[in-house]
Amino acid sequence: MKTIKEINEKIKKGNAVVVTAEEVIELVQKKGAKICAQEVDVVTAATFGPMCSSGAYFNIGHSKPRIKLGGGICTLNDVPVYAGFAAVDIFLGATAVPDSDPLNKVFPGEFKYGGGHVIHEIVAGHDVRLVATTYGTDCYPRKKLETTINIKDINEAVLFNIRNCYQNYNVAVNLSDKIIYTYMGVLKPNLGNANYCSAGQLSPLLKDPYYKTIGVGSKIFLGGGIGFVAWHGTQHNPIVPRKECGVPQAPAGTLAVIGDLKQMKADWLVGVSMLGYGVTLNVGIGVPIPVLDEQTIKYSAIKDEEIYTQIVDYSKNYPHCIPDSLGEVNYAQLKSGKIKILGKEVPTGNISSYPKAKEIAEELKSWIKKGEFLLTEPVAPLPGAESGYTVKPLKENPSLA
Amino acid sequence: MISKRIVLHFPHRLVDQPIVYKLVKEFDLQFNILKAYVTPQEEGLMVLELSGEEKNFNKGIEYLQSCGVRIQPLSQDVIRNEAKCTDCGVCVPICPTGALLVDPLTRKVHFYDNKCIACELCVKICPTRAMEVHF
Repeated sequence: MKTIKEINEKIKKGNAVVVTAEEVIELVQKKGAKICAQEVDVVTAATFGPMCSSGAYFNIGHSKPRIKLGGGICTLNDVPVYAGFAAVDIFLGATAVPDSDPLNKVFPGEFKYGGGHVIHEIVAGHDVRLVATTYGTDCYPRKKLETTINIKDINEAVLFNIRNCYQNYNVAVNLSDKIIYTYMGVLKPNLGNANYCSAGQLSPLLKDPYYKTIGVGSKIFLGGGIGFVAWHGTQHNPIVPRKECGVPQAPAGTLAVIGDLKQMKADWLVGVSMLGYGVTLNVGIGVPIPVLDEQTIKYSAIKDEEIYTQIVDYSKNYPHCIPDSLGEVNYAQLKSGKIKILGKEVPTGNISSYPKAKEIAEELKSWIKKGEFLLTEPVAPLPGAESGYTVKPLKENPSLA
Repeated sequence: MISKRIVLHFPHRLVDQPIVYKLVKEFDLQFNILKAYVTPQEEGLMVLELSGEEKNFNKGIEYLQSCGVRIQPLSQDVIRNEAKCTDCGVCVPICPTGALLVDPLTRKVHFYDNKCIACELCVKICPTRAMEVHF
Protein backbone atom coordinates (compact mmCIF):
# COMPACT_ATOMS: atom_id res chain seq x y z
CA MET A 1 0.00 0.00 0.00
CA LYS A 2 1.28 3.43 -1.00
CA THR A 3 -0.28 6.87 -0.69
CA ILE A 4 -0.24 9.66 -3.26
CA LYS A 5 1.69 11.72 -0.72
CA GLU A 6 4.43 9.07 -0.55
CA ILE A 7 4.54 8.84 -4.35
CA ASN A 8 4.88 12.62 -4.58
CA GLU A 9 7.82 12.54 -2.17
CA LYS A 10 9.56 10.08 -4.50
CA ILE A 11 8.72 12.25 -7.54
CA LYS A 12 10.21 15.31 -5.82
CA LYS A 13 13.39 13.39 -5.06
CA GLY A 14 13.55 12.28 -8.67
CA ASN A 15 13.40 8.56 -7.90
CA ALA A 16 9.82 7.66 -8.73
CA VAL A 17 9.44 4.67 -11.04
CA VAL A 18 7.14 5.64 -13.88
CA VAL A 19 6.03 3.42 -16.76
CA THR A 20 3.47 3.87 -19.54
CA ALA A 21 0.20 1.95 -19.62
CA GLU A 22 1.71 -0.10 -22.45
CA GLU A 23 4.99 -0.87 -20.67
CA VAL A 24 3.22 -1.93 -17.48
CA ILE A 25 1.51 -4.82 -19.31
CA GLU A 26 4.75 -6.65 -20.05
CA LEU A 27 6.19 -5.77 -16.69
CA VAL A 28 3.28 -7.30 -14.77
CA GLN A 29 3.34 -10.36 -17.02
CA LYS A 30 7.03 -10.85 -16.27
CA LYS A 31 7.26 -10.00 -12.58
CA GLY A 32 3.71 -10.38 -11.32
CA ALA A 33 1.39 -7.74 -9.88
CA LYS A 34 2.62 -8.07 -6.29
CA ILE A 35 6.22 -7.16 -7.05
CA CYS A 36 5.26 -4.51 -9.63
CA ALA A 37 2.94 -2.84 -7.11
CA GLN A 38 5.96 -2.30 -4.87
CA GLU A 39 8.37 -1.31 -7.63
CA VAL A 40 6.23 0.95 -9.81
CA ASP A 41 4.86 4.26 -8.56
CA VAL A 42 2.99 5.74 -11.49
CA VAL A 43 1.48 4.41 -14.74
CA THR A 44 0.84 6.97 -17.47
CA ALA A 45 -2.20 6.38 -19.70
CA ALA A 46 -3.15 8.55 -22.67
CA THR A 47 -5.41 9.08 -25.64
CA PHE A 48 -5.47 11.31 -28.74
CA GLY A 49 -8.61 11.47 -30.83
CA PRO A 50 -11.59 13.54 -31.93
CA MET A 51 -13.57 14.80 -28.93
CA CYS A 52 -16.53 16.86 -30.12
CA SER A 53 -17.69 18.22 -26.77
CA SER A 54 -14.57 20.35 -26.49
CA GLY A 55 -14.38 24.12 -26.39
CA ALA A 56 -12.58 27.10 -24.99
CA TYR A 57 -13.52 30.31 -23.29
CA PHE A 58 -11.77 33.62 -23.54
CA ASN A 59 -11.84 36.96 -21.80
CA ILE A 60 -10.67 39.36 -24.50
CA GLY A 61 -10.30 42.46 -22.29
CA HIS A 62 -12.36 45.66 -22.45
CA SER A 63 -12.26 47.91 -25.47
CA LYS A 64 -12.35 51.71 -25.37
CA PRO A 65 -15.17 52.68 -25.29
CA ARG A 66 -16.61 49.56 -23.70
CA ILE A 67 -18.69 47.03 -25.61
CA LYS A 68 -21.06 44.41 -24.18
CA LEU A 69 -20.74 41.24 -26.28
CA GLY A 70 -23.28 39.51 -24.03
CA GLY A 71 -26.57 39.57 -25.92
CA GLY A 72 -24.82 40.39 -29.19
CA ILE A 73 -23.37 38.35 -32.02
CA CYS A 74 -19.68 37.47 -32.19
CA THR A 75 -17.42 35.42 -34.47
CA LEU A 76 -13.77 34.32 -34.45
CA ASN A 77 -12.44 33.82 -37.99
CA ASP A 78 -16.13 33.80 -39.05
CA VAL A 79 -16.94 30.93 -36.67
CA PRO A 80 -19.79 31.90 -34.33
CA VAL A 81 -18.96 31.94 -30.63
CA TYR A 82 -21.35 32.03 -27.69
CA ALA A 83 -21.37 35.47 -26.12
CA GLY A 84 -24.24 35.11 -23.65
CA PHE A 85 -22.16 36.02 -20.61
CA ALA A 86 -20.96 39.36 -19.25
CA ALA A 87 -19.29 41.98 -21.44
CA VAL A 88 -16.17 40.35 -22.90
CA ASP A 89 -16.35 36.62 -22.11
CA ILE A 90 -16.93 34.32 -25.09
CA PHE A 91 -17.08 30.55 -25.54
CA LEU A 92 -15.97 28.80 -28.72
CA GLY A 93 -17.20 25.26 -29.36
CA ALA A 94 -15.17 22.74 -31.37
CA THR A 95 -17.96 21.85 -33.81
CA ALA A 96 -19.12 25.39 -34.68
CA VAL A 97 -18.86 26.31 -38.38
CA PRO A 98 -19.09 29.65 -40.22
CA ASP A 99 -22.58 30.74 -41.30
CA SER A 100 -21.25 30.72 -44.87
CA ASP A 101 -20.35 27.00 -44.75
CA PRO A 102 -22.47 25.04 -47.25
CA LEU A 103 -22.84 22.29 -44.60
CA ASN A 104 -24.34 19.18 -46.17
CA LYS A 105 -26.23 21.06 -48.91
CA VAL A 106 -23.88 19.51 -51.43
CA PHE A 107 -23.52 16.09 -49.88
CA PRO A 108 -21.16 15.05 -48.41
CA GLY A 109 -20.07 18.42 -47.03
CA GLU A 110 -16.34 18.96 -46.55
CA PHE A 111 -16.50 21.08 -43.37
CA LYS A 112 -13.07 22.50 -44.04
CA TYR A 113 -12.96 24.99 -41.19
CA GLY A 114 -14.64 25.42 -37.83
CA GLY A 115 -14.24 25.79 -34.09
CA GLY A 116 -11.67 23.01 -33.76
CA HIS A 117 -9.45 24.70 -36.33
CA VAL A 118 -9.82 28.10 -34.63
CA ILE A 119 -8.76 26.61 -31.28
CA HIS A 120 -5.75 25.04 -33.00
CA GLU A 121 -4.76 28.37 -34.57
CA ILE A 122 -5.20 30.28 -31.31
CA VAL A 123 -2.98 27.79 -29.45
CA ALA A 124 -0.43 28.00 -32.27
CA GLY A 125 -0.17 31.73 -31.51
CA HIS A 126 -1.86 32.97 -34.68
CA ASP A 127 -3.93 36.15 -34.72
CA VAL A 128 -7.63 35.44 -35.18
CA ARG A 129 -10.21 37.96 -36.40
CA LEU A 130 -12.95 38.89 -33.94
CA VAL A 131 -16.09 40.54 -35.31
CA ALA A 132 -18.95 41.55 -33.01
CA THR A 133 -22.18 43.49 -33.26
CA THR A 134 -24.38 44.21 -30.29
CA TYR A 135 -26.67 46.82 -28.74
CA GLY A 136 -25.43 49.83 -26.83
CA THR A 137 -26.10 50.69 -23.20
CA ASP A 138 -25.23 53.68 -21.06
CA CYS A 139 -22.30 51.79 -19.54
CA TYR A 140 -21.33 49.86 -22.71
CA PRO A 141 -21.98 52.32 -25.56
CA ARG A 142 -20.04 50.62 -28.38
CA LYS A 143 -22.05 48.55 -30.85
CA LYS A 144 -19.44 47.22 -33.27
CA LEU A 145 -16.01 45.71 -32.93
CA GLU A 146 -13.63 44.31 -35.52
CA THR A 147 -10.10 43.42 -34.49
CA THR A 148 -7.60 40.62 -34.30
CA ILE A 149 -6.87 38.95 -31.00
CA ASN A 150 -3.89 36.89 -29.95
CA ILE A 151 -3.63 34.40 -27.10
CA LYS A 152 -0.64 36.22 -25.63
CA ASP A 153 -2.59 39.49 -25.25
CA ILE A 154 -6.01 38.41 -23.97
CA ASN A 155 -6.77 37.79 -20.29
CA GLU A 156 -7.94 34.20 -19.89
CA ALA A 157 -7.84 31.49 -22.52
CA VAL A 158 -9.13 28.26 -21.00
CA LEU A 159 -9.83 24.92 -22.64
CA PHE A 160 -13.00 23.49 -21.12
CA ASN A 161 -14.19 20.19 -22.54
CA ILE A 162 -17.45 18.91 -21.14
CA ARG A 163 -17.08 15.36 -22.44
CA ASN A 164 -13.72 13.81 -23.30
CA CYS A 165 -11.76 10.65 -22.83
CA TYR A 166 -14.53 8.09 -23.38
CA GLN A 167 -14.10 4.84 -21.53
CA ASN A 168 -14.41 2.50 -24.50
CA TYR A 169 -16.32 3.19 -27.72
CA ASN A 170 -18.42 1.46 -30.37
CA VAL A 171 -17.06 -0.13 -33.52
CA ALA A 172 -19.03 1.48 -36.36
CA VAL A 173 -20.15 -0.42 -39.46
CA ASN A 174 -22.62 0.05 -42.30
CA LEU A 175 -25.10 -2.73 -43.09
CA SER A 176 -26.89 -0.76 -45.83
CA ASP A 177 -26.07 -0.84 -49.54
CA LYS A 178 -25.08 2.86 -49.68
CA ILE A 179 -21.95 4.62 -48.43
CA ILE A 180 -22.56 6.62 -45.25
CA TYR A 181 -20.68 9.57 -43.73
CA THR A 182 -20.53 9.57 -39.94
CA TYR A 183 -18.56 10.95 -37.01
CA MET A 184 -16.89 7.53 -37.06
CA GLY A 185 -15.62 8.25 -40.58
CA VAL A 186 -16.77 7.07 -43.97
CA LEU A 187 -18.41 3.66 -43.75
CA LYS A 188 -18.52 1.64 -46.95
CA PRO A 189 -21.70 -0.32 -47.76
CA ASN A 190 -22.33 -3.94 -46.87
CA LEU A 191 -19.78 -4.08 -44.05
CA GLY A 192 -17.05 -2.54 -46.21
CA ASN A 193 -15.04 -1.38 -43.21
CA ALA A 194 -15.25 -1.22 -39.42
CA ASN A 195 -14.04 1.92 -37.65
CA TYR A 196 -13.17 2.12 -33.99
CA CYS A 197 -12.04 4.98 -31.78
CA SER A 198 -9.96 4.23 -28.73
CA ALA A 199 -6.35 3.84 -27.72
CA GLY A 200 -7.44 0.56 -26.07
CA GLN A 201 -4.76 -0.55 -23.63
CA LEU A 202 -3.35 2.99 -23.38
CA SER A 203 -6.68 4.75 -22.80
CA PRO A 204 -6.96 6.31 -19.31
CA LEU A 205 -10.40 5.18 -18.14
CA LEU A 206 -9.81 1.64 -19.42
CA LYS A 207 -6.77 1.39 -17.14
CA ASP A 208 -8.63 2.51 -14.03
CA PRO A 209 -11.99 0.95 -14.88
CA TYR A 210 -13.67 1.66 -11.53
CA TYR A 211 -12.27 5.23 -11.19
CA LYS A 212 -10.32 4.26 -8.07
CA THR A 213 -7.62 6.89 -8.66
CA ILE A 214 -9.10 9.25 -11.26
CA GLY A 215 -11.59 11.73 -9.83
CA VAL A 216 -12.61 15.35 -9.68
CA GLY A 217 -9.43 17.38 -9.20
CA SER A 218 -7.02 14.87 -10.75
CA LYS A 219 -4.16 16.69 -12.44
CA ILE A 220 -3.63 15.55 -16.03
CA PHE A 221 -1.78 16.24 -19.29
CA LEU A 222 -4.22 18.25 -21.37
CA GLY A 223 -3.40 19.45 -24.87
CA GLY A 224 0.32 19.55 -24.10
CA GLY A 225 -0.14 21.55 -20.90
CA ILE A 226 -1.50 20.89 -17.45
CA GLY A 227 -5.21 20.40 -16.89
CA PHE A 228 -7.55 18.99 -14.31
CA VAL A 229 -10.56 16.72 -14.23
CA ALA A 230 -13.36 19.20 -13.53
CA TRP A 231 -16.27 16.80 -13.20
CA HIS A 232 -17.56 13.60 -14.71
CA GLY A 233 -18.22 14.20 -18.40
CA THR A 234 -21.68 14.55 -19.88
CA GLN A 235 -23.33 11.23 -20.78
CA HIS A 236 -21.18 9.53 -18.11
CA ASN A 237 -22.66 6.05 -18.00
CA PRO A 238 -20.72 3.87 -15.56
CA ILE A 239 -23.37 1.16 -15.18
CA VAL A 240 -22.87 -0.66 -18.50
CA PRO A 241 -22.02 -4.40 -18.32
CA ARG A 242 -18.39 -5.13 -17.53
CA LYS A 243 -16.01 -8.01 -18.13
CA GLU A 244 -14.44 -9.84 -15.21
CA CYS A 245 -11.40 -7.55 -15.31
CA GLY A 246 -13.71 -4.60 -14.70
CA VAL A 247 -13.57 -3.08 -18.17
CA PRO A 248 -16.94 -1.92 -19.54
CA GLN A 249 -18.03 -3.65 -22.75
CA ALA A 250 -19.54 -0.51 -24.29
CA PRO A 251 -19.06 3.28 -24.04
CA ALA A 252 -19.20 4.09 -20.30
CA GLY A 253 -17.42 6.72 -18.20
CA THR A 254 -16.38 10.15 -19.48
CA LEU A 255 -14.45 13.14 -18.11
CA ALA A 256 -15.01 16.88 -18.14
CA VAL A 257 -11.58 18.52 -18.23
CA ILE A 258 -10.24 22.03 -17.91
CA GLY A 259 -6.89 23.73 -18.31
CA ASP A 260 -4.98 26.88 -19.22
CA LEU A 261 -4.91 27.06 -23.02
CA LYS A 262 -1.97 29.47 -22.86
CA GLN A 263 0.42 26.66 -21.85
CA MET A 264 -0.94 24.14 -24.32
CA LYS A 265 0.57 23.17 -27.67
CA ALA A 266 -0.94 23.12 -31.14
CA ASP A 267 0.38 19.57 -31.73
CA TRP A 268 -2.06 18.23 -29.15
CA LEU A 269 -5.15 20.25 -30.13
CA VAL A 270 -5.80 19.70 -33.82
CA GLY A 271 -8.90 20.80 -35.73
CA VAL A 272 -10.29 18.01 -37.90
CA SER A 273 -12.94 17.70 -40.62
CA MET A 274 -15.13 14.62 -40.84
CA LEU A 275 -16.49 14.34 -44.37
CA GLY A 276 -20.30 14.69 -44.45
CA TYR A 277 -20.40 15.12 -40.69
CA GLY A 278 -18.68 18.25 -39.44
CA VAL A 279 -15.75 19.81 -37.66
CA THR A 280 -14.28 18.63 -34.38
CA LEU A 281 -11.10 18.79 -32.32
CA ASN A 282 -8.48 16.12 -31.76
CA VAL A 283 -7.51 16.37 -28.11
CA GLY A 284 -4.50 14.83 -26.40
CA ILE A 285 -5.04 13.72 -22.80
CA GLY A 286 -2.68 11.91 -20.47
CA VAL A 287 -3.64 10.67 -17.02
CA PRO A 288 -1.20 9.53 -14.33
CA ILE A 289 -2.42 6.51 -12.39
CA PRO A 290 -0.78 6.31 -8.96
CA VAL A 291 0.04 2.70 -8.06
CA LEU A 292 -1.54 2.53 -4.61
CA ASP A 293 -1.79 -1.24 -4.30
CA GLU A 294 -1.76 -4.53 -6.17
CA GLN A 295 -5.27 -3.94 -7.48
CA THR A 296 -4.45 -0.59 -9.14
CA ILE A 297 -1.50 -2.08 -10.99
CA LYS A 298 -3.58 -5.10 -12.04
CA TYR A 299 -6.13 -2.75 -13.54
CA SER A 300 -3.45 -0.65 -15.21
CA ALA A 301 -2.02 -3.80 -16.81
CA ILE A 302 -5.27 -4.68 -18.61
CA LYS A 303 -4.36 -5.38 -22.23
CA ASP A 304 -6.05 -5.10 -25.64
CA GLU A 305 -7.05 -8.79 -25.58
CA GLU A 306 -9.17 -8.18 -22.47
CA ILE A 307 -10.92 -5.01 -23.66
CA TYR A 308 -14.10 -5.82 -25.55
CA THR A 309 -16.49 -3.51 -27.33
CA GLN A 310 -19.68 -3.72 -29.38
CA ILE A 311 -20.08 -3.59 -33.16
CA VAL A 312 -22.88 -1.17 -34.04
CA ASP A 313 -24.64 -0.55 -37.35
CA TYR A 314 -24.54 3.17 -38.16
CA SER A 315 -26.86 2.97 -41.19
CA LYS A 316 -30.00 2.26 -39.18
CA ASN A 317 -29.51 1.15 -35.57
CA TYR A 318 -27.39 4.04 -34.33
CA PRO A 319 -29.37 6.89 -35.97
CA HIS A 320 -32.68 5.41 -34.80
CA CYS A 321 -31.49 4.51 -31.31
CA ILE A 322 -32.14 0.80 -31.78
CA PRO A 323 -29.94 -0.93 -29.19
CA ASP A 324 -28.53 -3.88 -31.09
CA SER A 325 -24.99 -5.19 -31.19
CA LEU A 326 -23.72 -7.18 -34.15
CA GLY A 327 -21.19 -8.82 -31.89
CA GLU A 328 -18.30 -8.18 -29.58
CA VAL A 329 -14.61 -7.81 -30.46
CA ASN A 330 -11.49 -6.98 -28.49
CA TYR A 331 -8.90 -4.35 -29.35
CA ALA A 332 -6.25 -6.92 -30.26
CA GLN A 333 -8.61 -8.19 -32.94
CA LEU A 334 -9.38 -4.63 -34.07
CA LYS A 335 -5.68 -3.79 -34.26
CA SER A 336 -4.95 -6.90 -36.34
CA GLY A 337 -6.52 -4.99 -39.24
CA LYS A 338 -9.42 -7.37 -39.85
CA ILE A 339 -12.38 -8.61 -37.85
CA LYS A 340 -15.16 -11.07 -38.64
CA ILE A 341 -18.72 -9.71 -38.64
CA LEU A 342 -21.70 -11.89 -39.61
CA GLY A 343 -19.28 -14.29 -41.28
CA LYS A 344 -17.56 -11.60 -43.35
CA GLU A 345 -13.96 -10.47 -43.00
CA VAL A 346 -14.01 -6.70 -42.57
CA PRO A 347 -10.98 -4.34 -42.61
CA THR A 348 -10.65 -2.03 -39.59
CA GLY A 349 -9.60 1.60 -39.21
CA ASN A 350 -8.94 3.67 -36.12
CA ILE A 351 -10.09 7.28 -35.68
CA SER A 352 -7.95 7.69 -32.58
CA SER A 353 -4.16 7.74 -32.97
CA TYR A 354 -2.33 5.08 -30.98
CA PRO A 355 1.17 6.44 -31.83
CA LYS A 356 0.16 9.92 -30.60
CA ALA A 357 -1.36 8.43 -27.41
CA LYS A 358 1.93 6.63 -26.84
CA GLU A 359 3.85 9.86 -27.33
CA ILE A 360 1.66 11.59 -24.72
CA ALA A 361 2.13 8.73 -22.23
CA GLU A 362 5.92 9.04 -22.76
CA GLU A 363 5.82 12.83 -22.39
CA LEU A 364 3.84 12.68 -19.14
CA LYS A 365 6.20 9.98 -17.90
CA SER A 366 9.18 12.26 -18.54
CA TRP A 367 7.51 15.19 -16.73
CA ILE A 368 6.91 13.01 -13.66
CA LYS A 369 10.40 11.50 -13.76
CA LYS A 370 11.94 14.95 -13.91
CA GLY A 371 9.91 16.00 -10.87
CA GLU A 372 7.98 18.63 -12.85
CA PHE A 373 4.57 17.05 -12.41
CA LEU A 374 3.19 16.01 -9.02
CA LEU A 375 0.05 13.94 -8.59
CA THR A 376 -3.08 15.24 -6.91
CA GLU A 377 -5.51 13.54 -4.60
CA PRO A 378 -9.01 13.59 -6.15
CA VAL A 379 -11.33 15.85 -4.18
CA ALA A 380 -14.48 13.92 -5.12
CA PRO A 381 -15.06 10.57 -6.82
CA LEU A 382 -16.66 10.11 -10.24
CA PRO A 383 -20.06 8.37 -10.10
CA GLY A 384 -19.10 4.69 -10.10
CA ALA A 385 -20.36 1.40 -11.47
CA GLU A 386 -22.64 0.85 -8.47
CA SER A 387 -23.88 4.45 -8.27
CA GLY A 388 -26.94 3.92 -10.42
CA TYR A 389 -25.90 7.04 -12.37
CA THR A 390 -26.84 6.60 -16.01
CA VAL A 391 -27.40 8.36 -19.33
CA LYS A 392 -31.02 8.93 -20.32
CA PRO A 393 -32.61 9.55 -23.72
CA LEU A 394 -34.52 12.78 -24.36
CA LYS A 395 -38.05 12.86 -23.06
CA GLU A 396 -39.81 14.57 -25.96
CA ASN A 397 -43.05 16.40 -25.51
CA PRO A 398 -45.53 14.37 -27.61
CA SER A 399 -47.94 17.29 -27.98
CA LEU A 400 -45.23 19.21 -29.93
CA ALA A 401 -44.03 16.34 -32.09
CA MET B 1 8.52 -5.51 -69.91
CA ILE B 2 8.16 -2.40 -67.79
CA SER B 3 5.12 -0.85 -66.17
CA LYS B 4 4.83 2.66 -64.77
CA ARG B 5 2.14 4.90 -63.41
CA ILE B 6 2.27 8.27 -65.06
CA VAL B 7 0.27 11.47 -65.14
CA LEU B 8 -0.36 13.04 -68.56
CA HIS B 9 -1.25 16.70 -68.86
CA PHE B 10 -2.86 17.50 -72.22
CA PRO B 11 -2.86 21.12 -73.35
CA HIS B 12 -6.19 22.51 -74.50
CA ARG B 13 -5.39 22.02 -78.23
CA LEU B 14 -4.82 18.28 -77.79
CA VAL B 15 -7.85 17.18 -75.80
CA ASP B 16 -9.80 16.09 -78.89
CA GLN B 17 -6.93 14.02 -80.38
CA PRO B 18 -6.87 10.19 -80.12
CA ILE B 19 -3.38 10.20 -78.62
CA VAL B 20 -3.66 7.23 -76.29
CA TYR B 21 -4.97 5.11 -79.15
CA LYS B 22 -1.65 5.61 -80.93
CA LEU B 23 0.24 4.26 -77.93
CA VAL B 24 -1.48 0.95 -78.55
CA LYS B 25 -1.50 0.98 -82.33
CA GLU B 26 2.04 2.20 -83.01
CA PHE B 27 4.02 1.32 -79.92
CA ASP B 28 2.26 -1.87 -78.78
CA LEU B 29 1.77 -0.55 -75.26
CA GLN B 30 -0.90 -1.63 -72.80
CA PHE B 31 -2.66 0.96 -70.73
CA ASN B 32 -5.02 1.06 -67.81
CA ILE B 33 -6.77 4.39 -67.20
CA LEU B 34 -6.81 5.12 -63.48
CA LYS B 35 -8.25 8.59 -63.76
CA ALA B 36 -9.17 11.04 -66.49
CA TYR B 37 -10.79 14.42 -66.73
CA VAL B 38 -11.02 17.40 -69.02
CA THR B 39 -11.52 20.84 -67.58
CA PRO B 40 -13.49 23.10 -69.94
CA GLN B 41 -11.20 25.62 -71.71
CA GLU B 42 -8.25 24.34 -69.74
CA GLU B 43 -6.41 21.07 -70.02
CA GLY B 44 -6.95 17.35 -69.94
CA LEU B 45 -5.48 15.13 -67.27
CA MET B 46 -5.07 11.39 -67.38
CA VAL B 47 -3.47 8.99 -64.95
CA LEU B 48 -2.32 5.86 -66.74
CA GLU B 49 -0.64 2.65 -65.87
CA LEU B 50 1.43 2.09 -69.01
CA SER B 51 3.22 -1.19 -69.74
CA GLY B 52 5.21 -2.68 -72.59
CA GLU B 53 8.70 -3.48 -73.88
CA GLU B 54 11.16 -0.92 -72.53
CA LYS B 55 12.16 0.24 -76.03
CA ASN B 56 8.52 0.74 -77.03
CA PHE B 57 7.72 2.36 -73.70
CA ASN B 58 10.45 4.96 -74.18
CA LYS B 59 9.38 5.61 -77.78
CA GLY B 60 5.80 6.03 -76.61
CA ILE B 61 6.85 8.56 -74.01
CA GLU B 62 8.90 10.42 -76.65
CA TYR B 63 5.84 10.46 -78.91
CA LEU B 64 3.65 11.90 -76.14
CA GLN B 65 6.20 14.60 -75.40
CA SER B 66 6.57 15.45 -79.08
CA CYS B 67 2.82 16.05 -79.22
CA GLY B 68 3.09 18.50 -76.34
CA VAL B 69 1.86 16.25 -73.53
CA ARG B 70 3.55 16.95 -70.21
CA ILE B 71 4.43 13.77 -68.25
CA GLN B 72 5.11 13.22 -64.58
CA PRO B 73 5.49 10.04 -62.56
CA LEU B 74 2.41 9.55 -60.38
CA SER B 75 4.37 9.29 -57.13
CA GLN B 76 5.23 12.99 -57.32
CA ASP B 77 1.60 14.01 -57.34
CA VAL B 78 0.06 12.34 -54.32
CA ILE B 79 1.94 13.19 -51.17
CA ARG B 80 1.37 12.92 -47.48
CA ASN B 81 1.91 16.03 -45.42
CA GLU B 82 3.86 14.44 -42.59
CA ALA B 83 3.31 17.42 -40.29
CA LYS B 84 -0.44 17.03 -40.55
CA CYS B 85 -0.77 13.23 -40.36
CA THR B 86 -1.63 12.01 -36.85
CA ASP B 87 -1.21 8.29 -37.70
CA CYS B 88 -4.80 7.50 -36.77
CA GLY B 89 -5.35 5.00 -39.59
CA VAL B 90 -8.90 5.86 -40.65
CA CYS B 91 -7.66 5.97 -44.27
CA VAL B 92 -6.35 2.42 -44.20
CA PRO B 93 -9.56 0.44 -44.93
CA ILE B 94 -10.64 3.09 -47.47
CA CYS B 95 -7.55 2.79 -49.69
CA PRO B 96 -8.42 0.32 -52.48
CA THR B 97 -4.83 -0.64 -53.35
CA GLY B 98 -3.20 -1.05 -49.94
CA ALA B 99 -1.04 2.05 -50.43
CA LEU B 100 -1.83 3.09 -46.86
CA LEU B 101 -0.99 0.49 -44.24
CA VAL B 102 -0.50 0.37 -40.49
CA ASP B 103 2.84 -0.89 -39.21
CA PRO B 104 1.78 -3.65 -36.80
CA LEU B 105 4.57 -2.80 -34.36
CA THR B 106 4.62 0.98 -34.20
CA ARG B 107 0.95 1.43 -35.30
CA LYS B 108 2.17 4.24 -37.55
CA VAL B 109 0.58 4.61 -40.97
CA HIS B 110 2.88 4.14 -43.96
CA PHE B 111 2.15 5.56 -47.40
CA TYR B 112 3.51 3.46 -50.27
CA ASP B 113 3.28 5.90 -53.17
CA ASN B 114 4.24 3.24 -55.72
CA LYS B 115 0.94 1.49 -54.98
CA CYS B 116 -1.14 4.68 -55.15
CA ILE B 117 -3.51 5.05 -58.11
CA ALA B 118 -4.51 8.63 -57.26
CA CYS B 119 -8.17 7.76 -56.71
CA GLU B 120 -8.16 10.52 -54.06
CA LEU B 121 -10.52 8.64 -51.71
CA CYS B 122 -8.14 9.32 -48.84
CA VAL B 123 -7.89 13.03 -49.57
CA LYS B 124 -11.31 14.07 -48.35
CA ILE B 125 -11.74 11.45 -45.65
CA CYS B 126 -8.50 12.30 -43.88
CA PRO B 127 -9.63 14.20 -40.76
CA THR B 128 -6.58 16.47 -40.78
CA ARG B 129 -6.45 16.63 -44.62
CA ALA B 130 -2.91 15.32 -44.61
CA MET B 131 -3.15 13.66 -48.04
CA GLU B 132 -2.48 16.15 -50.82
CA VAL B 133 -2.79 15.89 -54.58
CA HIS B 134 -0.74 18.21 -56.75
CA PHE B 135 -1.65 17.50 -60.37
